[in-house]
Amino acid sequence: MKQAATNSAALQGAGHDKSGSLSANIAKFRELGLLLFIVILSVGVQLRNPSFLTWENISDIATNTAILSILAVGMMLVIITRGIDLSIGATLALSGMVSALTVSQYPDLHPLLAVGVGVGVGLVCGVVIGFLVSWINILPIIATLGMMNVFRGLTFETSGGKWVSAHQMPESFKAIATGSVFGINNLILIAIAIYIVAYYFVSHTRTGRRVYAIGSNPESAEISGIRTGRILWLVYSIMGGLSGLAGVLWVSKFASAQGDTASGYELSVIAACVLGGVSIAGGVGKLSGVILGAVLLGILNNALPMINVSPFWQNFIQGSIILIAVLVNALVKRGIDRNNLMRRKI
Amino acid sequence: MKKFFGIFLTAVMLVAVLSACGGKNDGNSGGQASGSPAAGGDSGAKKKFAIIYKNTGNPYGEKEMEGYKNAIEELGYEAILKAPDQPTAEAQITMIDELISQKVNALAIVGNDPDALQPALEKAMNAGIKVLSLDSAVNAESRMLHINQADPERIGRTLVQGIVEMIGGSGEIAILSATSQATNQNLWIDWMKKELEDPKYADVKLVKVAYGDDLRDKSVSETEALLKSYPNLKGIISPTTVGVAAAGKVLTDKGLTGKVQLTGLGLPSEMAEYIQSGVCQWMYLWNPLDVGYLSGYAADALVNGTITGAVGDKFTAGKLGEKEIIADGDGTQVMLGDPFKFDASNIAEWKDVY
Amino acid sequence: MEQRLIANKKELTLKGFFLQWEWLLVLLLIGVFVMNSNLSEYFLDSANLRDATMGFLDKAFIVLPMVFIILLGDIDISVASIVALSSVIMADLYNHGVPMELAVIICLAVGTICGWVNGLLIVKYKELSAVIVTLATMIIYRGIAYILLEDQASGKFPSWFKFLGWGYVGGIPFILIAFVFFAVVFWILLHKTTFGRMVYAMGNNATAARFSGIQVDKIKIIVFTLAGLMSAITALFLTSRMGSTRPNIAMGYELEVIAMVVLGGVSTAGGKGRMIGAILAVFLIGFLRYGLGLVNVSAQMLLIIMGVLLIVSVAIPQLKQRFAYARRK
Repeated sequence: MKQAATNSAALQGAGHDKSGSLSANIAKFRELGLLLFIVILSVGVQLRNPSFLTWENISDIATNTAILSILAVGMMLVIITRGIDLSIGATLALSGMVSALTVSQYPDLHPLLAVGVGVGVGLVCGVVIGFLVSWINILPIIATLGMMNVFRGLTFETSGGKWVSAHQMPESFKAIATGSVFGINNLILIAIAIYIVAYYFVSHTRTGRRVYAIGSNPESAEISGIRTGRILWLVYSIMGGLSGLAGVLWVSKFASAQGDTASGYELSVIAACVLGGVSIAGGVGKLSGVILGAVLLGILNNALPMINVSPFWQNFIQGSIILIAVLVNALVKRGIDRNNLMRRKI
Repeated sequence: MKKFFGIFLTAVMLVAVLSACGGKNDGNSGGQASGSPAAGGDSGAKKKFAIIYKNTGNPYGEKEMEGYKNAIEELGYEAILKAPDQPTAEAQITMIDELISQKVNALAIVGNDPDALQPALEKAMNAGIKVLSLDSAVNAESRMLHINQADPERIGRTLVQGIVEMIGGSGEIAILSATSQATNQNLWIDWMKKELEDPKYADVKLVKVAYGDDLRDKSVSETEALLKSYPNLKGIISPTTVGVAAAGKVLTDKGLTGKVQLTGLGLPSEMAEYIQSGVCQWMYLWNPLDVGYLSGYAADALVNGTITGAVGDKFTAGKLGEKEIIADGDGTQVMLGDPFKFDASNIAEWKDVY
Repeated sequence: MEQRLIANKKELTLKGFFLQWEWLLVLLLIGVFVMNSNLSEYFLDSANLRDATMGFLDKAFIVLPMVFIILLGDIDISVASIVALSSVIMADLYNHGVPMELAVIICLAVGTICGWVNGLLIVKYKELSAVIVTLATMIIYRGIAYILLEDQASGKFPSWFKFLGWGYVGGIPFILIAFVFFAVVFWILLHKTTFGRMVYAMGNNATAARFSGIQVDKIKIIVFTLAGLMSAITALFLTSRMGSTRPNIAMGYELEVIAMVVLGGVSTAGGKGRMIGAILAVFLIGFLRYGLGLVNVSAQMLLIIMGVLLIVSVAIPQLKQRFAYARRK
């Protein structure tokens, strides 16, 4: 009886193997769905407005998306560990404000030091949150919700109710975001550098793999000797540092630091991650997906005003596209799982 | 069993606390807030004048509130300055309630929404508090008087005249506004459109009104979109401080100084760089300190009965001299003056003021 | 890591009874009252306190079903958008001739449908977590509100509508009476019906719940639909308080509601928490804000205080657990 069952399963598996293999291979590239979506969207917009796919516009999209994608990389690590970080907008604002105030006081400060100040502030914020989450065991959503308020309040306090304006910032500071090397904007270069470091960290270091382990199954990770507390602390500190970097870049790009900078930005970052296939349940997430997710959001923000969509339709269209993208992702994943199940020879 | 215990004890405690304060209230000579017109606070205490701005951390708003405070303290009273962390009407309603409870004498408000504050402000007026609005108006039923920084008609027309002069009389122009619901901006844009109906602007075309939501990043993307979608664009008007500064940055970054003209309403501190570089040849605003100052004196005049908010009333506004109340649709207003022009010749002295 | 045991009914020890989270909230509430009455002479005025509740109770209606959602281990961040959409549709219909009574019913219907759609999507596409679905619907629902009303306000409601948010019944604000009514209903639903028990079971172990015969899909849909309905009720009260509506109302409400639920001791990991905790948290946060507002604390200080309060109050039991464990070792 057992023999017959095994045989029939093997036969079934063999039978489906030929027809399933092609779609299984395509479906393996989960990100392909997202990539196709982006391509179709871009073509559609290009037809409506031929100046969409120009070098200048693509460069604009890239610089606008650079900051979002840097944050999304950090958020990916956080979400993989089954956490969430709602405070990044506030951290961004605080570090941006502090670094802007610093350069307005000391205009001869080397821009790299200014970046260092921003990253430093962000790191401190991240370390605090990491402490709350890993040592005191507060749930990430609560810890980051509370600290979001605290950081935002601190931003208003340090700014003293004022904004830091363009004329108070030295040229060297503003050039951080507007300058370019070999014709490619600094922001894009910095973002690419972050991707490379992140890719290496995630795929080729033990700590990086441990992050995934913690997200997949926290209990077994703990039992198998992984210092989950330390790694969680690290993950949130990285997120804080990246938010700090993003803060300096933001303030430099817009040549202005306000108290309410980036209010609500965390939702865009989470959306980028989610679009990119990062699972909120933890343990799943690819860097390529997250970058594509950020790109899609960046394109949406750029394309909608360009095809003369009424501003009142923008929200609805953005939300619908996000919903469709995640639904497509879900269906594709279902297809993969089904294929995987069928191909298993029991 | 355990839960009943807990809830029962909690209820008993809450009732005890509330009835305890009920007892204290009878002893309080201040009287209840609802219905009684004696909102002059505890007799003998300093009079209290409050102002609520749109949101916190806004340098323009801080200056308006500072002007108000200067006026109130000049008069010898206590000023209360409040601003919510988010520019929402809901947050301002909460603040209005808090001020009613504190039995202030007068409340000046810069509205986040012209209509949504009406029930709350009506409650304040019923409690005897004198309500006036400034800068961003609330509807006529919600206030006794509105302090207008400058005639919206003059603002709209002057901005259009300015941009047309800059672009040389003909070409495409666009407007970059704040949020789509902002009262002041919408009013000014209406006047801009009216000005453009004049036959002398036959060669000037308004191609789009974009909304940057007073967010820096959105204003930047909207400006970039304008430049892409309308390659022949020659001028941008941005009647909002965040928008005009964002547009200035975009034009600077893309090296479009001189090719695309820019004007609008901007903070001298934010726009100093762009005026000095020539990206924006001139722009307008007014002195928020004066707006607040005028509101302070107007509030005092309402409280001591010098004026009632009716057309034709006159009062003296400290250093600003005598002011007269004029009509404003269904309501009344006091005009501060004309918009002030900032250009390369005077920006240096103003950029550190606000 | 968190212990996820479904505890047996503990015996009623006095120490054990008083060491619960909800008692900490009561203590904090008393502390808030004491502090605020010392800060401002206007606080302990029963008329003021009564009116203060009218200010913070509008969003409290959403807290009640949100307790259920978080008990399930899910979350719903689209509630604020449902408030906006139902309010906008109601106002738009009324201003196009529909009688107000009918518009109110349609408002409730819209909220219910939005919640139902949320539930349906979450249940049919299990790969998607509630965060993702409600993130997308949050943008979509408010987007529809923007399409309908654009940049206009809509209002001019009949005068009886004002009674909802501003009226009194026998000296007690109507909104307080309505909230107490719904709070009792939801408390009974959670703690006295099998529905409530099933929600706890699902939150503790979804797979076990499913295999023990609980209709998990149906319950999830019901819970999210309830959230939609209560959002519509909030829409009624909020619109009444403002006398008009726009697509941008109720911004940020979802985070405030979640903060109230979480402060009330409901764990976002699911399966733990009590309704009374969330109700206490509503009043705690409401009166704290009000009291601080009476002494005109700046908005930024208020943010910091609220953030610190949330973190400290959640940290205390965690630290207590940690040191108790260390001591036992």
